[in-house]
Amino acid sequence: MNSEILGIVVLFVLTMLLAIPLGKYCSRVFLGEKTWLDFMLPAENLIYRICRINPAKSMNWKENVKASLILNLIFFLWAMLILLTQGWHPFGNPDHITSMEPTTAFNTAISFMTNTNLQHYSGETSASYVTQLVVFCFLQFVSAATGIAAMVSLFKGVLQRQASDLGNFYVLFLKSCTRILLPISIVVAIFLVFRGTPSTFEGAAQVVSLQGDTVSVARGPVAPMVAIKQVGTNGGGYFGPNSTHPFENPDYLTNLVENFAILIIPMALVFAFGYYIRKPKVGYAFFAAMTLVFVSFVAITVYFESAGNPMISEMGIDNSAGSMEGKEVRFGTAASAFWGVSTTSTSNGSVNSMHDSQTPISGGVYMLDMMINAIYGGAGVGFINFFVFVIIAVFISGLMVGRTPELLGKKIEAREVKIAALVAILHPLLILTGTAIASQIQTNNPDIGWLANPSFHGFSEMLYEFTSSAANNGSGFEGLGDATPFWNILCGLCMLFGRFIPIIGPLAIAGSLAGKKYIPEGAGTLRIESPAFIAVLLSVIIIIAALSFFPALTLGPLAEHFSL
Amino acid sequence: MARWLNIFPCNATLNTMRKHIKKEVRLFDPALVRESIKQSFVKLRPRLMMKNPVMFCVEVGTLIMLLVTIYSFSHSDQGSPLYNSIIFVVLLLTLLFANFAEAIAEARGRAQADSLRKTREETPAKTVADDGSVVIKASSQLKKGDVFICETGDIIPSDGEIIEGIATVDESAITGESAPVIREAGGDKSSVTGGTKVLSDRINVMVTTQPGESFLDKMISLVEGASRQKTPNEIALTLLLSGFTIVFLLVTVTLKPFGDYAQTPISIGALIALFVCLIPTTIGGLLSAIGIAGMDRALQANVISKSGRAVETAGDLDTILLDKTGTITIGNRKATSFYAAEGVPEDVLMESATIASLADSTPEGKSIVELAASKGFKHPAVIGSSTDANYGLPGARVIRFSAETRSSGIELEGRSIRKGAFDAIKNLVEKQGRAIPANIKAVVEEISGNGGTPLVVAENFKVLGAIELQDIVKPGITERFERLRKMGVKTVMVTGDNPLTAKYIAQKAGVDDYIAEAKPEDKLAYIRQEQAAGKLVAMMGDGTNDAPALAQADVGVAMNSGTQAAKEAGNMVDLDNDPTKLIEVVEIGKQLLITRGTLTTFSIANDVAKYFAIVPALFMTSIPALQALNIMKLASPESAILSAVIFNAIIIPMLIPLALRGVAYKPVGAGALLARNLLIYGLGGIIVPFIGIKLIDLVIAPLI
Repeated sequence: MNSEILGIVVLFVLTMLLAIPLGKYCSRVFLGEKTWLDFMLPAENLIYRICRINPAKSMNWKENVKASLILNLIFFLWAMLILLTQGWHPFGNPDHITSMEPTTAFNTAISFMTNTNLQHYSGETSASYVTQLVVFCFLQFVSAATGIAAMVSLFKGVLQRQASDLGNFYVLFLKSCTRILLPISIVVAIFLVFRGTPSTFEGAAQVVSLQGDTVSVARGPVAPMVAIKQVGTNGGGYFGPNSTHPFENPDYLTNLVENFAILIIPMALVFAFGYYIRKPKVGYAFFAAMTLVFVSFVAITVYFESAGNPMISEMGIDNSAGSMEGKEVRFGTAASAFWGVSTTSTSNGSVNSMHDSQTPISGGVYMLDMMINAIYGGAGVGFINFFVFVIIAVFISGLMVGRTPELLGKKIEAREVKIAALVAILHPLLILTGTAIASQIQTNNPDIGWLANPSFHGFSEMLYEFTSSAANNGSGFEGLGDATPFWNILCGLCMLFGRFIPIIGPLAIAGSLAGKKYIPEGAGTLRIESPAFIAVLLSVIIIIAALSFFPALTLGPLAEHFSL
Repeated sequence: MARWLNIFPCNATLNTMRKHIKKEVRLFDPALVRESIKQSFVKLRPRLMMKNPVMFCVEVGTLIMLLVTIYSFSHSDQGSPLYNSIIFVVLLLTLLFANFAEAIAEARGRAQADSLRKTREETPAKTVADDGSVVIKASSQLKKGDVFICETGDIIPSDGEIIEGIATVDESAITGESAPVIREAGGDKSSVTGGTKVLSDRINVMVTTQPGESFLDKMISLVEGASRQKTPNEIALTLLLSGFTIVFLLVTVTLKPFGDYAQTPISIGALIALFVCLIPTTIGGLLSAIGIAGMDRALQANVISKSGRAVETAGDLDTILLDKTGTITIGNRKATSFYAAEGVPEDVLMESATIASLADSTPEGKSIVELAASKGFKHPAVIGSSTDANYGLPGARVIRFSAETRSSGIELEGRSIRKGAFDAIKNLVEKQGRAIPANIKAVVEEISGNGGTPLVVAENFKVLGAIELQDIVKPGITERFERLRKMGVKTVMVTGDNPLTAKYIAQKAGVDDYIAEAKPEDKLAYIRQEQAAGKLVAMMGDGTNDAPALAQADVGVAMNSGTQAAKEAGNMVDLDNDPTKLIEVVEIGKQLLITRGTLTTFSIANDVAKYFAIVPALFMTSIPALQALNIMKLASPESAILSAVIFNAIIIPMLIPLALRGVAYKPVGAGALLARNLLIYGLGGIIVPFIGIKLIDLVIAPLI
C-alpha cells in the first residue's frame, strides 16, 4: 500500500474510532445527563436569562419549527445589514473593503444562514474582518447548531410515546454551540495556529518577494474561521481558494486534521442516534450503511484521480503522480480525492483541490454524493435527510414482510409517507429545474459568458452549482461565472428551500411519530438494524438518487468520461 | 360458551356451501375474461382513471401520443408515423392491461360471491302473497317484510320472526344441540334462523333482514369498484407512488432543455415513452387488483370481510384469543381411564359406570360408555334402542344432573348408582357413615394435577372408583400455533376451567398464554390490556355476550352460526364456523401487504434496465460516446425505445396471476423474509427487464 493510500486509511479509521465516544457524549448532552462540560451551565443560564428563555419549557414540533425559523430570519437580516454596510464600518476593516453588491449579499447571507457557504465572492477582497467574524464565523456556528437542534428534536420524536414534546429548541441550539461545536473548534483552531494559520487583526502584510516586488498578502482572523468551517460542516473559507490556500491549510498534517474535523461531527451524530434511543446497534447499522457508500465513492475517486488523465498519458507525459491539475502538491491525489468525497458527503463544501479539474467520474461522484446528501451529511441535517430515506425504506420493507410498517415501534402511515415523499421530491425538483432553466438560457444565449468550458463539462458546471446549492453543500465546481443576479438569486432560493423544507418536513414527521402509540417488538417485527433492512435502505438511497439524476449525470460527467 | 360445542361437524347446509366455494374459480375462466376485456375499455373513462394517479398519467401520455401520431402524418420532425403509432398502441395496451387486471379481480370476486348466493337460492320459500295465495320464491329473492310459511320438514329459508303459530325446530345446524326447541309467535322465542329445520307443526314467518343488506352483499359491493375504499396502507403506497411519478415527470420534462443544450433534439414520443417506462406502472396497474384479490382470497376461505381494512389489519395481528373448547380441544372432555377403588374389580366399576351413563346424553356420559366398550364391556342396552324410555333397563329411574347435587345417576331395583364431582359424592357417602377409600383420594388429586377432571362413581353409597375425564387437544393444533408463533402472533387460550387445568392444557397445546375461569368481561379486559400495550388483537366469538369483545378487538371474527349481535359486532364472518380460521386470515392479510411491497420493489427496480435502454437511445446519435452505456447492445434507438415500452406493457398481464394469487408467505421471521423477497423481487427486478428488453429487441429489430 503506498503512503498516500495509507494516509487516508489511517485518517478514516482514526476519525471513525473517535466518532464513537463523541457520539456517546453527544447523546448524553442531549439527554441532559452529566458530562464533563457541565461547567458551561452558568454561562448558558446567563444567556437564557438575558434572552428571557425558559429552558424548562417543552415545545412541540410546530413551536420548534417556529423558533428555528424566526431565529434564522434574524440571522439573515443581521448578515444582510453587515454585508451591505461593511464599507462604512469605522473599524475592523484595515483593507478598506467596500460594501457588497445586493444580490451577492442576498446570496451570501442565505448561503451562510443555511450552512451552505456557497461563496459567490472572494473572502480576501470582499469581506472585512468584522464581516468575517460577526457574520461568517458567527453564522457558521449558529447554522450548524440549528441543524443539530432540529436533529435532536427528531431523535426525541422517535423516542416519545403519545406526547408532543420534542425538546426546547433554544436549549438544544445553545447546547450544540457550547457543548459540541465550540470545544472542538477551539482545539482545531489552536492546532491550526501552531501549524502556521494566521489569526490576526492586522491588515494585509506587505511582503517583498525574492524578485524584489512588493506583494500584498491578505491575512486576518483565519484560524477560528477555518476551524468552525470544518467542524460545523460549513465550508465557507476565509479566502477564495478555500482550503487549497496555504494560510487556511498549511501542510499535510493540517489537511489531516481539517479533514478529520469535516467528518467527525456528522459521523458522531449517527452513533449519537443509536445511543440516544438506547439501541446503539441501530447507530452502528446506519453508520455501516453510510460507510459502505462512502468507501465505495472514495475508492472510485481515488482510483480515477491516481490513474490520471488518459489524454495526458496519450501525449507521452508522465502521469504517475495521478491527475494533478487543480491539486496541491503537498496533499497529493489520494488525500485530495478523499477530501472531495468527505466534503460532498457531509454538506461541508470546503475544498483542498479544484473539483472542476478532477476527472469526470470523480466530478460525477461528488455530484451524486451531494444529490444523496445523507452519507453522514451536514451537522444534524445529514441525519435528518437520512431519516427521510429510512422512512421510505421502512415503508417498502414493512410491506415486503407483510406487516404495516413500523419504525422503532411507531407505525409509518400515510402522513409520514406523504411528507417523506414530498421531501424526497424536493431535491430533484430544485436541482433539475434549476439546471433546466440555466441550460435553456445558455442554449438560447450562447454568448452569455457563464461557462468557462463548453459542452458536457459546461453542463456539469451548471448541474454542480445547483446540486451544491440544493444540498447546502457550498462547494463550487468553479469555472462558472456565478456572481451574477441570475445565479445569486436562483441559487439563493435553492439553498433556502433546500435547507428549511428538509427540516420542517421531518420535524412534522417527528411530531406525528411522537404522538403515536408504541408497539412493542415481536417476532414479526422487522428490526431496522438487520442486514436485510440495511440492504433495502441502501437500495432506496442509491435508486432514488440514481434514478432521479441518471439522465443529467449522463449528459454531464458520463458523456465527458466516455468522450475522453 | 357451551353453545360453541360441536357446531361444525353436523352443518349440512354450510358443507354444501363450502363445496361450492372450495371449487376455486379458475384464474382465467373464459367467461370472466370476456367480461373483463369489455370492462377494460369501460374503465378507460378519465373519471375512473383518476383514482389511480400513476395510470392516469399514462392515460394523459397516451392522449398526447395520439395527437403526436396524427401530427407526424403531416410533419417530419417528430419521427415517423409508424413509429409513433406503435408507441401509441403500446401505451394504450398498457392502460388496457392494467384495467384488465382490476376487472378480472372484480369478476372473480363476483363469481365467487355468486356461487355462494346460488346455494342460498336453492332453498325455496313458500311466501304468502297479499291475496293469501302461496307463491314459491327463491330465498335470495325474499324482501324484508315478506311472509313465508314453513311446515313439517321444511328448511327455513331466511332469518325472520314468527308472526303466527308454534313449531318445534331442529337448530342443530346452527347450535349443535340435537334436542329440538320450541319456537312460537310472541315473546322472546319468536325468532328463527335461516338454514334450520321445522320438525313439526306450521309457522308463518316474517323476513327481518333485507337480503341486500346481508354481509355477503356488503362484501360484494366492497369488491366491486363503486364502494371500494382504499385501505390505509394502500393510501400510503399510492402517495409514495405518486411521489415517484412526480420525480419522473421532472426527470422527463427537464430532459428536453438538457437535450437542447447538448444539441440533441428529443422527440415528444421518446419523452413520453421514457416517462411511462419510468413511472411505476407495474405496481400502479396492479395495485387495485391486489387489494380486490385479497378480499377474494378471504372469500375463498369462506370468510366474509366487512371491509378491506379488516383483512389488512389481520396481517398485523399480535395476539389472538381462542376459546379452548372446540378450538384447541375436541369439543368436550372425554373419559380416558377408570381407577377402581381398593378391593373393587375394574369390571364392576365399568359396569356401574356404564349403566349410570346410559341415559346421560352429554358428551362426557357418552364417552364413558365408549371407553368401557373399548375395554370390552358392552352393556346390552348400548346395542339396543336408545329411544326406549328405560334405556333397556326395566324399572330404571334416571337421576338427571343438577347444579345442586352436582351428580347424576340411575336407580334400579336394589341398585342406586351415582357419579359426580368428588365433593358431591363424598358428601353423599359420608352422610351414610361410609369412608372414601384412601387410594381414590390420591387418584382424584393426581387427575386434577394433570389437568383432568375426576368423576367419582358410587353404588349404594359405596365408592367403586374414579373416572378420569381429559380434554383432548385437537390433532395438528400444536403445529398451527407453532406457525403462528413464527409469524410473531401470540396465542391466548380462553377457558372456563380452573387455572390448574387451564395451565395444563395450555402447555399441552402450546399456546403462549391463557385466561382461566374466564367470564365474557375478562376477554374484553384482556383485549383492552393488550391494546393498551400497542398490540392488535383478534378474537373469534359467537355468543351475544361475546359482542362487546368482538367489537373491541381489532379483528373480530363472528361465526356464521352465532347470534346476530355477534355478527354485527365483528368485522368478519366465518361461514365455516372454524375457529382456527384466524390463522388463514392472518396469512391472507400478510400476503396482501407482501404482494404490494414486492411488486413495488420490482416495479422500481425495473427502471434501472429501462434507463439503460432509453437514455443511450436518446443520445447515441448526437453523442456517439454514449454508445458505451448501451450495455444491452440494442439494435437501434427506435428499437430500444419500443422494446422498453413493450416490456413495460406486457409485464403487467404477466404479473396478473401473481397479483391475484398473492406472493407466498413463509413464516421464517421478518429479516429472512425481507432478504428473500429483496433477492427475488429486488435483484430479480433489476435483472429480468435486461433480459426481457433484449429479447424483445431481438424480435422487433428486424421488423422496423
